[in-house]
Amino acid sequence: MSNSFLIRTEKLYKKYPMGPTVLVALDNINITINKGEFVGLVGPSGSGKTTLLNIIGSLDSPTEGSAEVLGNKIETLSHQDAAKLRNNHIGFIFQTFNLLPVYTVYENVEFPLLLQDIPPAKRIELVMQALEWVGLADRKDSKPSQLSGGQSQRVAIARAVVKKPELILADEPTANLDAKNSHNIMETMVKLNEELDTTFIFATHDEKVMKYLKRKITLNDGYVQRDENISLNNQ
Amino acid sequence: MLKFLFKGLVRDRSRSLFPILTVFIGVALTVFLYSYLNGFVSDMIKSSAHYNSGHVRIMTKAYSQESNQSPNDLAIIGIDPLIQNVEKSYPDMIWTPRIKFGGLIDIPDRNGETRIQGPVSGMAVDLFSKESRERKFLNLDESLVKGRIPEKPNEILIADDFARRLKVAPGDTATLLSSTMYGSMVMTNFVIAGTIRFGIAALDRGAIITDISDIQKSLDMNNAAGEILGFFKDDNFDSKKAYRIRDSFNEKYKNSEDEFAPIMGALPEESGLSDYMGLIDIASFVIIGIFIFAMAIVLWNAGLMGSLRRYGEMGVRLAVGEEKGHIYRTLILESIMIGIVGSFLGTLFGLIPSYLMEIYGLDLSFLFEKSSVMITGVLHADVTYETYLIGFIPGILATVLGTSIAGIGIYKRETAQLFKELEA
Repeated sequence: MSNSFLIRTEKLYKKYPMGPTVLVALDNINITINKGEFVGLVGPSGSGKTTLLNIIGSLDSPTEGSAEVLGNKIETLSHQDAAKLRNNHIGFIFQTFNLLPVYTVYENVEFPLLLQDIPPAKRIELVMQALEWVGLADRKDSKPSQLSGGQSQRVAIARAVVKKPELILADEPTANLDAKNSHNIMETMVKLNEELDTTFIFATHDEKVMKYLKRKITLNDGYVQRDENISLNNQ
Repeated sequence: MLKFLFKGLVRDRSRSLFPILTVFIGVALTVFLYSYLNGFVSDMIKSSAHYNSGHVRIMTKAYSQESNQSPNDLAIIGIDPLIQNVEKSYPDMIWTPRIKFGGLIDIPDRNGETRIQGPVSGMAVDLFSKESRERKFLNLDESLVKGRIPEKPNEILIADDFARRLKVAPGDTATLLSSTMYGSMVMTNFVIAGTIRFGIAALDRGAIITDISDIQKSLDMNNAAGEILGFFKDDNFDSKKAYRIRDSFNEKYKNSEDEFAPIMGALPEESGLSDYMGLIDIASFVIIGIFIFAMAIVLWNAGLMGSLRRYGEMGVRLAVGEEKGHIYRTLILESIMIGIVGSFLGTLFGLIPSYLMEIYGLDLSFLFEKSSVMITGVLHADVTYETYLIGFIPGILATVLGTSIAGIGIYKRETAQLFKELEA
């Protein structure tokens, strides 16, 4: 295996003590994800999708085994280093958008850049670029409450891509959207994946998302049941 | 980041309005109470200085030991050279002699027989010299109720309440029965020129004021006075300067065994004010402490409510990679902004009643009718430079304290739960 991988997990376990027993949320996960992939973690509720996403996103650490993300061993990262990794290299998209309600679209997208101390002129350029990618440059002064669900999720995508991260993690990004908006969102993310070569990992069980995936990792009871590359012909 | 936080505070009223209101109320009260206490001290100092002991006071050593009894047999003799001397040595001060005396005042009827008598406490001051500031120090012109200020020898002013009790009016004759410096009994006739209200219960009960030359003549105190008072020219008491002058004056006479040698005392020790001033300093600290504590409790709760309301926001910020310490610091920064705005507004609104009370005063003289303390019955506030700043101490401290306790919760957030929490 070359060094081009972005994420690699080896013998990864996540266990939770539940009284006298132990709940195994992730069971010997061994996967490698390369730069520019468009991957879906699929499976029923409780299969371990979000737990794996948490570990890849440095929000949690494994109980056993190793998870290497962008050259960082997640199990050895301090809280501060994990925050730095997320701040500099990982974007997050949530099911419920989680925009900051008192700030405008522009300010919501700008927020991750403020944490990176990027100079104002550069911030303006990056924010406007991100808003143009998601087609919301003309709504930059709107408040989240003035946006539709689809528009809100596009702002959330702009917030995730504005710092041009290598990796974007999305947990059920279309769960709160209708079919048309889900389609638009997925189209936007495919476009960003292709244009920016950003790696996307989704946790989803939404059929509307499945058809856009280029690789599908199916989890069941915490272990990888199937890991399949989906050819363009199948889409 | 600062601008970003400020925008959030301005736009999200529930984040800023309640805390600002809390700080505003606390600070306004602190400012008002502080200026009221300042005014109280300032009034007490002024009253004591003007009516009793000056900013510094020269007496004989023997007189100083019984000064509360005004023992004129122990008065300073040869005051003119002494005054010239201190005027030269301490040119920042105004020096003025006074004689306090006691006695009986006798009001005759048409036939010259005693109609009514009453004990009197008198003060002889320099009323006639052009350069004298006694009229101003004793606030005589403003305190005049009936008649006029004495213009010629053997005229007196009498406390208005006392005059009513004695049923006398300006133009009536009053005879003072007292004793001379050498212990002989003396009777002197005076004409009542006017009645005055001092606003100090102890004086309004039975005081008279007369020119010092009349009393010197009457009590056989030629070129003598019980006390020589020194006042700073701007009439503002400066304790450090006063103590310096006292020490330098007393140094000259420290080896004298003569009980009639002069000795100087400074206002706080002369009037027993130092204890009051210490108590009031403590009271100021207590008031500020109470406001800090009460506001911090309220703001702590406001911070807890705010952190519940902003749970999602904090989650997103943690997820995008903001460190917990950074979030905590931004919360503190927000609280400082709230503290500054609340303190500014509170100071502004606290100053309004303070200024009104400084100018117009609050007449509570009915509470002091039986008081023997030299304190004016009209309470004034005193707005000083410190008053503009004092509110910022509890204002900012309380917000920072409240937020720093409430904000600890951020360290308890589990990032592993963020996806679940943010999707709830």
